[in-house]
Amino acid sequence: MSEMAAHSAHPQGFAHQFEDVGQQRDAGRLGMWIFLATEILFFGGLFTAFIIYRALHLPAFIAGSHQLEVQFGATNTAVLICSSLTMALAIRSAQVGKPRGTIIFWLVLTMLFGAAFLGIKLHYEWLRDYREGLVPGFGFNVAKYTPGVEMFFCFYFFMTGLHALHMVAGIGVLTVLIIMAARNAFSSEYYAPLEISGLYWHFVDIVWIFLFSLLYLIGGRYAQ
Amino acid sequence: MMRFLQFGWQPAALAAMIPMQPPSASSISQGVDELYYLLTGVTLFFTVLIFSIIFYFMVKYRRRSDKEVPPETHTSMFLELAWTIIPSLICVVLFVWASELYVRNSRPPASSTEIFVIGKQWMWHIQHPEGPREINELHVPVGAPVKLTMTSQDVIHDFYIPAFRVKKDVLPGRYTQLWFEPTQTGVFHLFCAQYCGANHSQMIGWVYVMTPADYAAWLAAGEKTESMAQQGEQLYTRIGCATCHVPQGNGRAPSLVGIYGKPEKLASGETRIVDESLMRQAILTPNSVLLPGYAPIMPTFQGQVNEEQVLQLIAYLKSLGSPERTNEK
Amino acid sequence: MSTATMDLHDSPIESSVNYLNAGHGIRSWLLTKDHKRIGLLYLATITLNFMIGGAAAVLMRLNLIEPQGALVEPSTYNKLFSIHGIIMVFFFLVPSIPATLGNFCIPLMIGARDVAFPKLNLLSWYIFVTGSLLALYAVLSGGVDTGWTFYTPYSSTYSHTHVIAAALGIFIAGFSSILTGLNFIVTIHKMRAPGMTWFRLPLFIWAMYATSLIFVLGTPVIAITLFLLGLERILHVGIFDPALGGDPLLFQHLFWFYSHPAVYIMILPGMGVVSELITAFSRKKIFGYGFVAFSSLSIAVISFVVWGHHMFVTGQSIYAGLVFSVLSFLVAIPSAIKVFNWTATLYKGSISYEAPMLYALGFIGLFTMGGLTGLFLASLATDVHLNGTYFIVAHFHYIMVGGAVMAYLGGIHFWWPKITGRLYPDLWARFAAFVIFIGFNLTFFPQFVLGYLGMPRRYAMYPAEFQVLNVMSSAGASILGVGYLIPLVYLIWSMRYGPPAGPNPWGAKGLEWTTPSPPPTENFEAPVVVTEDAYNYPTAPEKAHV
Repeated sequence: MSEMAAHSAHPQGFAHQFEDVGQQRDAGRLGMWIFLATEILFFGGLFTAFIIYRALHLPAFIAGSHQLEVQFGATNTAVLICSSLTMALAIRSAQVGKPRGTIIFWLVLTMLFGAAFLGIKLHYEWLRDYREGLVPGFGFNVAKYTPGVEMFFCFYFFMTGLHALHMVAGIGVLTVLIIMAARNAFSSEYYAPLEISGLYWHFVDIVWIFLFSLLYLIGGRYAQ
Repeated sequence: MMRFLQFGWQPAALAAMIPMQPPSASSISQGVDELYYLLTGVTLFFTVLIFSIIFYFMVKYRRRSDKEVPPETHTSMFLELAWTIIPSLICVVLFVWASELYVRNSRPPASSTEIFVIGKQWMWHIQHPEGPREINELHVPVGAPVKLTMTSQDVIHDFYIPAFRVKKDVLPGRYTQLWFEPTQTGVFHLFCAQYCGANHSQMIGWVYVMTPADYAAWLAAGEKTESMAQQGEQLYTRIGCATCHVPQGNGRAPSLVGIYGKPEKLASGETRIVDESLMRQAILTPNSVLLPGYAPIMPTFQGQVNEEQVLQLIAYLKSLGSPERTNEK
Repeated sequence: MSTATMDLHDSPIESSVNYLNAGHGIRSWLLTKDHKRIGLLYLATITLNFMIGGAAAVLMRLNLIEPQGALVEPSTYNKLFSIHGIIMVFFFLVPSIPATLGNFCIPLMIGARDVAFPKLNLLSWYIFVTGSLLALYAVLSGGVDTGWTFYTPYSSTYSHTHVIAAALGIFIAGFSSILTGLNFIVTIHKMRAPGMTWFRLPLFIWAMYATSLIFVLGTPVIAITLFLLGLERILHVGIFDPALGGDPLLFQHLFWFYSHPAVYIMILPGMGVVSELITAFSRKKIFGYGFVAFSSLSIAVISFVVWGHHMFVTGQSIYAGLVFSVLSFLVAIPSAIKVFNWTATLYKGSISYEAPMLYALGFIGLFTMGGLTGLFLASLATDVHLNGTYFIVAHFHYIMVGGAVMAYLGGIHFWWPKITGRLYPDLWARFAAFVIFIGFNLTFFPQFVLGYLGMPRRYAMYPAEFQVLNVMSSAGASILGVGYLIPLVYLIWSMRYGPPAGPNPWGAKGLEWTTPSPPPTENFEAPVVVTEDAYNYPTAPEKAHV
């Protein structure tokens, strides 16, 4: 068994409940995939409720969707896809043994893209929505918009808000990774935290793609 | 062999032994009770079987010395299959029996008298179509099927008459229905069976089943009120429905004569039968059930009419185009 | 290193280095990463929660001695049954076996040093404590009166009690479940000792694995449902309230999508414990290992598609009713398979009757009864009459108390010597088991009759003709309460005065019995290699066939 060797060698970041680094890496990956499965069920509940209400209040939901500005949603989609690219490049840099500066560079870029996503969302979308009386519970313009539209925006804010929360958590994780990289924690033998965080980041990206499609795109916006 | 004998006499023995069950007072009570006895029999059979086998093994195979070593036993595929397949077959029988009974019990006979129920925290408002109103009491004639159309004004309630073995949730914002045919006269419990807040346990009442003669007398003896359809007609004019919905129909609004029970194709493409639920939707959220070719100009009457008034309007509309109408438009 | 502690009990326990004395002081417990200590932290928390939920039950049953209510106003009664349900379901039963016995035993049983993510494990406990404290806050600041089911629009619009605090407590505790389940799945997949193949695993591990699947897939849905409920309550938007355009039945679908699998979270670990107890106390391998293992997985899978049987009388379509009914019958079959296999395990065994075995046998009997009464409810025609009545209350208490709690107590008694290194007085333990069994049946059997008679549940007062059965039930509850207090006394006593247990007081098979009691922090002193199947008890050479 490699147990004795693993113990005496004390590889980077090795946790003692494991037999060897390979087991630790496998466990970490499996753990993250299971966590992502729980996140799918979490968002899934919201998606299910949204789809059901959309079927019940179709005209109102379409009207609500048309209040959203597709260009910002599309820009944000592009931003997130780029951030996934930079994240993958950060992992790749570690994998091939690039210096920590390179890893940090890609991580910082990922973080910047994430922050850009949040900035666009907050400033160009949510702030405008608030000013136009489209935020339920915070001065929703009941004279101008029907209850069905209010329901649409409930879901819009819940879903994008929950997603944004996950983005913020992701940025927090990236900060930790940058600090770890700065302390030379990563090498071509040990980059599991990057890999696992990458899975999370890509997942958050994919959730956005579904959100963008459901909230902005479907609904006859481009019909005829 | 023994098992079949056991199985056979159990329901009868149980029926004699169980001292307490609610009165069996509707046309479906007995069927439900029979299924209950069957289920009790199955439960008792397997409980006794498992308990007895376990007791037997407990005694026979008790450890007599700390050194003893049990003999080898082998897993038996035959046993595994047997105790998978036999319970499955029993479940199939139970499912088919119960479902068949349930489906039969859910279809109200066409000749059912309709009575309307509005549940609210914490009382039952009952409205007979002929006009009389009751609170927490329901008078019905024996031997005639009754269909209740129910809604709630606030939270979810549940209308439960144990003696009739009927129960249905009463929901805000929509109608639910249940039906029964009483088979004996008497007075029976009525309970709210869905927790609804502070006085849930006091949202109870009585169902009075009377002979047809007594029932007719009771109907006639009460406060003279107009029938629901008559009240609905007055409301129909007063709140302005008559202005647009003229009997021959016009470009603004369709005619409502004889629409009840017929299928209608909506502007959304789906076809629905015009029932109480659709009519309620049309009054409260008209644009959700728009007909093709009409502009969405009907105002909503949400907030202008309460649930009772909605039921009156519906009663009136149901009377249009039917031969029992007693009033001229 | 030995510590010269109180010499009242000069025992080998204190002189060996084990997880209990490796590190002293509150910090070593509150910052522990040892799965065994975390299991004990959970044990303390859920025992406290059980007492709160139990106190509510005592007050409820006292009130129901009289038809007009003997003790409290209806509005208080409504808070009592809500608190009882919320605490018992979310803060006692759901975590009970998994977080205490699961945490303690899983690494030991698979030959690992700890779970896959020990720090996450500790975090799970802190999250659970936070959720419990929020629930306690809801109780102490005035209570919540929506029932543990939080049906809308009562909970979203009409109730004036601390709905949000209670919902938030449950929401937070849910993350504890999710992380625990995640930890267990990864541990079982990746950290089995060499030679411990899937089909050599003890059945407790299979049961915990199936439970963990439900933890990770079901819990997020209740989290989002309560999240939506909270938002509706705060922002007055119409998600579930029809007056604001929402759908109250959507709430029920979302709620039961988790809460039905949740009841299997509550029973599957108990079934796993029973498999361990029956084999250990008959000194025989389990009959039909593969069938029992796969039945746990089938139950977990099928549990996700039966939720609609809670909604048969909501006015849903007949077809929906038929589908959920047939699936609900289907989910009963794997449980039946287990009961038959456990019974067959006793055949030609060498059976002894220590307390854990009594609890296991009690479980089999009461779970059989409770499970069979479930058929009454899967049957559409009878469910119409029985839904919302005391029949339902009796049904689920037979399974959750007669089943899950008895299995939990059986497991605590079985592994107590391993956990503490000490034996408890078995005579008292058997006595308590009898008292509990009798008290339990007296409490809940009359409720089946009450239900068929038509007494609805959640009633603070009831028609006088139901009084005799209610008084019987309350009398039983007092006996049951006493029964639960007895183990508290002798188990705590044994921690100080119980004789040393040695590594394997029961003569049981299983890796946890090959290590000292209490185990060292790293669980095993030497590397573990597994060469035999589970429950590989010695058998006599074959003679003639019976």
